[in-house]
Amino acid sequence: MSVWNLTRRNMLALAAAALVSGGAVGSATAQETIKVGVLHSLSGTMAISETTLKDVMLMLIEEQNRKGGLLGKKLEAVVVDPASNWPLFAEKARELISNEKVAAVFGCWTSVSRKSVLPVFKELNSILFYPVQYEGEESERNVFYTGAAPNQQAIPAVDYLAKEENVERWVLAGTDYVYPRTTNKILEAYLKSKGVKSEDIMINYTPFGHSDWQTIVADIKKFGSAGKKTAVVSTINGDANVPFYKELANQGVKATDIPVVAFSVGEEELAGIDTKPLVGHLAAWNYFQSIDNADNKAFIEKWKAFTKNDKRVTNDPMEAHVVGFNMWVKAVEKAGTTDPDKVIDAIVGVQVPNLTGGVSEMLPNHHITKPVFIGEIKDDGQFDVVWETEGLVPGDAWSKFLDGSKDLIADWKTLKCGNYNTVTRKCGA
Amino acid sequence: MIILRHLLAAFAVLIGMASSAFAGVYEDALPKFAADSYAETDAAISAVAGSGHPLSLKVVEAVRDGRLLVSSGQIIIREPSGNLISAVTGQAFGPTPSGLKPVRINNRVRRAIEAALGSLTLLSSDPAARLQAARAVFRSRDETALPNLETAITQETDANVKGALQIARAAVLLGASGTSTADRLKAVEALQARGDQDALALLSTLPVGVQPEVADAAGKAVESIRSRLAFWNALQNVWYGISLGSVLLLAAIGLAITFGTMGVINMAHGEMVMLGAYTTFVVQEAIRTYAPELFGISLFLSLPLAFVVAGAVGILIERTVIRFLYGRPLETLLATWGLSLILQQTVRTIFGPTNREVGTPAWMSGALEIGGLSLTYNRIAIVIFAFAAFATLLLVMRYTSLGLYMRAVTQNRRMAGSMGIRTNRIDALAFGLGSGVAGIAGVALSQIDNVSPNLGQSYIIDSFMVVVFGGVGNLWGTLVGAMTLGIANKFLEPYAGAVLGKIVLLVAIILFIQRRPRGLFALRGRAVEA
Repeated sequence: MSVWNLTRRNMLALAAAALVSGGAVGSATAQETIKVGVLHSLSGTMAISETTLKDVMLMLIEEQNRKGGLLGKKLEAVVVDPASNWPLFAEKARELISNEKVAAVFGCWTSVSRKSVLPVFKELNSILFYPVQYEGEESERNVFYTGAAPNQQAIPAVDYLAKEENVERWVLAGTDYVYPRTTNKILEAYLKSKGVKSEDIMINYTPFGHSDWQTIVADIKKFGSAGKKTAVVSTINGDANVPFYKELANQGVKATDIPVVAFSVGEEELAGIDTKPLVGHLAAWNYFQSIDNADNKAFIEKWKAFTKNDKRVTNDPMEAHVVGFNMWVKAVEKAGTTDPDKVIDAIVGVQVPNLTGGVSEMLPNHHITKPVFIGEIKDDGQFDVVWETEGLVPGDAWSKFLDGSKDLIADWKTLKCGNYNTVTRKCGA
Repeated sequence: MIILRHLLAAFAVLIGMASSAFAGVYEDALPKFAADSYAETDAAISAVAGSGHPLSLKVVEAVRDGRLLVSSGQIIIREPSGNLISAVTGQAFGPTPSGLKPVRINNRVRRAIEAALGSLTLLSSDPAARLQAARAVFRSRDETALPNLETAITQETDANVKGALQIARAAVLLGASGTSTADRLKAVEALQARGDQDALALLSTLPVGVQPEVADAAGKAVESIRSRLAFWNALQNVWYGISLGSVLLLAAIGLAITFGTMGVINMAHGEMVMLGAYTTFVVQEAIRTYAPELFGISLFLSLPLAFVVAGAVGILIERTVIRFLYGRPLETLLATWGLSLILQQTVRTIFGPTNREVGTPAWMSGALEIGGLSLTYNRIAIVIFAFAAFATLLLVMRYTSLGLYMRAVTQNRRMAGSMGIRTNRIDALAFGLGSGVAGIAGVALSQIDNVSPNLGQSYIIDSFMVVVFGGVGNLWGTLVGAMTLGIANKFLEPYAGAVLGKIVLLVAIILFIQRRPRGLFALRGRAVEA
């Protein structure tokens, strides 16, 4: 008994000492560094995409520190692994904000992970930069969407196909979850508003990780042989793409017959496929590695040097993090503090150069302006840009083509509202 | 400034008119390649192809291969040998000019190239080129190719090519304006004889103002093709089902041993498949570096290695973890699930989280057309391979001493032990065998799926489903189970969609298991005794 007591007392003392010293160290570092949270899955199914984004954040933070840090302090990256587990995203976000006291968080990939952390960021009033193209229909005070909204990716891609390839029949193929479903709903409404008949639209959903595409590719072939030019608009996610493209190649569906335009296939995804049979299939993004300008070249050089791998590729969500991070740095400098409320107010209107030769601006709806590019797959796994928008396209938080959202606007500067109804003139209706 | 621009434009027009007065269509078309506009390139290709100029084929091929170069208005062809020649004169080009840029192409230009090559190579001396040309004309339905097509048909000696040429002619004639009723009717007949999806598309989209007799005949032809296609469609679905079934079979036969006969709920089974796929990747990388000429047989070289790697990992797992957990299914389940996570993360750390490219040998690309069936070579290979693996495993179980010992230990462990069989060793070997077979399944699956650390996860549920449905402990049950599930899935998919189809199938299996808890073919084994 006495031994137990002694031990417990010792333990208590130890714990107290640890607490004190830990607290002291904590407060000392808090004065010296500004912490930046990185919330990307490093294990599980999404690690394939998100690990790269973690590396980009580390590179950006290292670079900023070399330039002298921010507000005279060094930046410090706090990396956590939410392991592709949606509830864990919320826990890890809470840990970053409450325990680590980070100034801002860069993270999430899937929409479901973003939805899972939203309440945490609202409750604890912090800032999230979300770098991936998504379905729109959202605008939150604490979130900055640096990826594309549907009007910055899907709609221009469909316009390109209709205009340049004279496509009249459409296959909307997607993985069965919120992003493809919402995007396809918007596209369907958009196509119908352009006079496309319902029998010329085929919608198909497949489960996550679907690997047997024989029937669906055969169906697409059949749908495409009705005498009208046909194209596939693909919102197929991640892992399911490789078997899909392999099946297309094997069944002899060539880009000159039925082009596939994808919204989730970039340089990183193509690294795992032999792209020779895919030449000519398309992707719509706001950035391609092959875009030729000095900023992009310098970025690719830095990235290859940082990862010590000459074969590493760059992609669109990486550029979104670059733009988002630079915007945050500028806003903090403008506000003179990392206090979330002040940064949220300061960041709207901030302009930073993107990597494609333009200047992106943070809009009052917390989306940014972006150029849109259509690229054709080349045999070396890169893209050849065949079309781009004139100037930058401002992101729409709410789609103009859906009944439920066409009257809504988001404006965090003057209206201080993410879903203002312009008809009823009320916020939140 | 504006006046100046107008003047310049006027000059340009004048110069253009002057040159066209002296030069042919070909020379006029060439400068359009320098415009760096897809529409101009498209127009230039059609003009060049129709010009009859001796260099036109060279130019079109050069555009296709990215060998048509532009430098400050000059159009230059880089020959496959690397020599530069002028596209205007065909003479060797002097010193290499600076700023050479290839003419860019997109799908629209690629289609123009295909059509142009079609009409340009109809009279080629190579039958394969002629066949391709005939198909290209069939697709483009370019009326200007008609004279060439007629000549080609009269000259043709190869029956196969002749058939393709005649179909192409029918397609062109049907759509061309001013074709006589008799010719159109003949065209409809030819297309009906072809009877495939493309013919159906042509017949159901007749040009406006077509003669009523022709419309009538086409309507009947469409009906007959539809009923023919419906028959082939059903066959095609059976094939898809067999091919999906063989993938399921491959993924499940390893598990049929570890779970089926040994009764170990092995959640790390999928990771053995993944290890096999990564072994293929490593073998291919080594071949690419050291002996590229062996690439065609890289998959055969991978098979024994994948078996050894996955088998060795399996034996290691059995010796270090599973043997302490026999008879405790819940703990085994948790332990092997943990192992599967460890294996995944290990592979992720070594090879990185992104997909790895496993190449497809040339003999596995493309499709075989039989009647209305289209069988892709990689699926054919997988079906054959799955059955071969199944037969081998069956023979091993039936006719080798290892198979005999394994069956003995499964049926009555204590009796087998009393007869002098080292049951411990048999356990390890059996687990190694099951894992090794999963490894060779990974070699095959690397051809149709992602080679990523998550590869195994997508197969584990399906594998258990097949084994449980087929009957635990029976290899034949696994075969029948895999094929039944594959074919049922493929017949449901067109009606219910991929998502709902899978749900329907799962519900059906749950109901089936309620009625027959031991699956299709029940067998006595350790799992049954327990």
